[in-house]
Amino acid sequence: MNIDLQAREIQPLRHTFARVAAHTGDKPSSRYLEATVGVQPTANFHYRPTWEPEFELFDTARTAVKMADWDALRDPRQFYYANWTMARARQQEAMEANYQFVESRGLIDKIPDTQRAAACEVLMPLRHAAWGANMNNCTICSRGYGTAFTAPAMFHAMDHLAVAQYITRLGLALGEPGALDAGQNDWLHDPRWQVLRRLVEDTLVVQDPFELFVAQNLALDGLQYPLIYTHFVDDHLAVQGGTAVAMLTAFMPEWHDESARWVDAVIKVAAAVSDDNRALITDWFKTYADLAQAALAPVADRALGAQGAEALADVRTALDARARKSGLVV
Amino acid sequence: MNASTVSAVSSVFIAFQDNEESRPVVDAILADNAQASATYPPGLVKINAPGRLVIRRETIEEQTGQRFNLQQLHVNLVTLSGYIDEDDDEFSLSWQH
Repeated sequence: MNIDLQAREIQPLRHTFARVAAHTGDKPSSRYLEATVGVQPTANFHYRPTWEPEFELFDTARTAVKMADWDALRDPRQFYYANWTMARARQQEAMEANYQFVESRGLIDKIPDTQRAAACEVLMPLRHAAWGANMNNCTICSRGYGTAFTAPAMFHAMDHLAVAQYITRLGLALGEPGALDAGQNDWLHDPRWQVLRRLVEDTLVVQDPFELFVAQNLALDGLQYPLIYTHFVDDHLAVQGGTAVAMLTAFMPEWHDESARWVDAVIKVAAAVSDDNRALITDWFKTYADLAQAALAPVADRALGAQGAEALADVRTALDARARKSGLVV
Repeated sequence: MNASTVSAVSSVFIAFQDNEESRPVVDAILADNAQASATYPPGLVKINAPGRLVIRRETIEEQTGQRFNLQQLHVNLVTLSGYIDEDDDEFSLSWQH
């Protein structure tokens, strides 16, 4: 008996989902596009939300920014749930390794007391700022429109929660008894932190998701992260024996640089759509960047002393350049 | 060497498993090599190019938005022909030795 085996090639009838093919044509598509494009529910919502009857459940009118296609606000990192979690898991492993390195060699005890106190005083209240950023990005996700825009906002919210947790863990590692309580106390009562606290609390009630995106992710974080992690932790603490603090906060500047690519890409696409959008986003940016700069001035002063004002001005110049590159008229 | 063989350019080829991971690599090759053409034998994607074929790390990174180490190609690489010249940024196949 003779069995003859043959390879048969079977052509697929369609290469991707119809909702993706409508955007890209019928060709094999990336997992990112399949998880993002055309996922936003657009019709048949039956009831209006009781808490906001002037809008539909999902409504493009919640923001003043006008987009013909909300799926155009793509994330250059191409994050969807699976590859975002894998990327963060890798970074978490690196952070664990840093903790092990610092703890096994007793590097915390080698930090001079002045630097240790400075690290606690400057970083601990920022847990609350990070929590505010988490809340704001949840709002962007819930009030925004289009999966391309809202899904990365939710990832961004969880990343902010991670930042808050890393700061918490740093406070515990620095071993100052009550460092976390002292940080909360400063956040609530120290006049130095009240301007920033007011700004964070004011943004919590901003209703327009895109305005909030500009305020939190571009203006406030765009100033805060370079000021705190580049100027204060890396350039100031690390050279004075505080290398351990830089190691235990390594995630923050790395994550800020990575997520800035997403923020810039969203701003760039939205601003390029129309002159109205460009003017609107530019206005928001100027307003909130000024507020954030004023709010961070006392913090810069505490962190860097005499060089604080200069460092903050440098960071603002760099942020303005970033905004110009994204097509804003700054 | 006589005149008739000098004018004919030998082609190089490279073949990958046809899957999600190799798609951005294939797209990058087709973007960087104007004369390259892809065929799809069962389970594979095979790219032919006359004379020379180059794979650039930067182009792959543009496709995926993630950092890419050129050594990652080898995970899905099936076969190739030509002399290999590789560094951190480019992987090229050609018959110039």
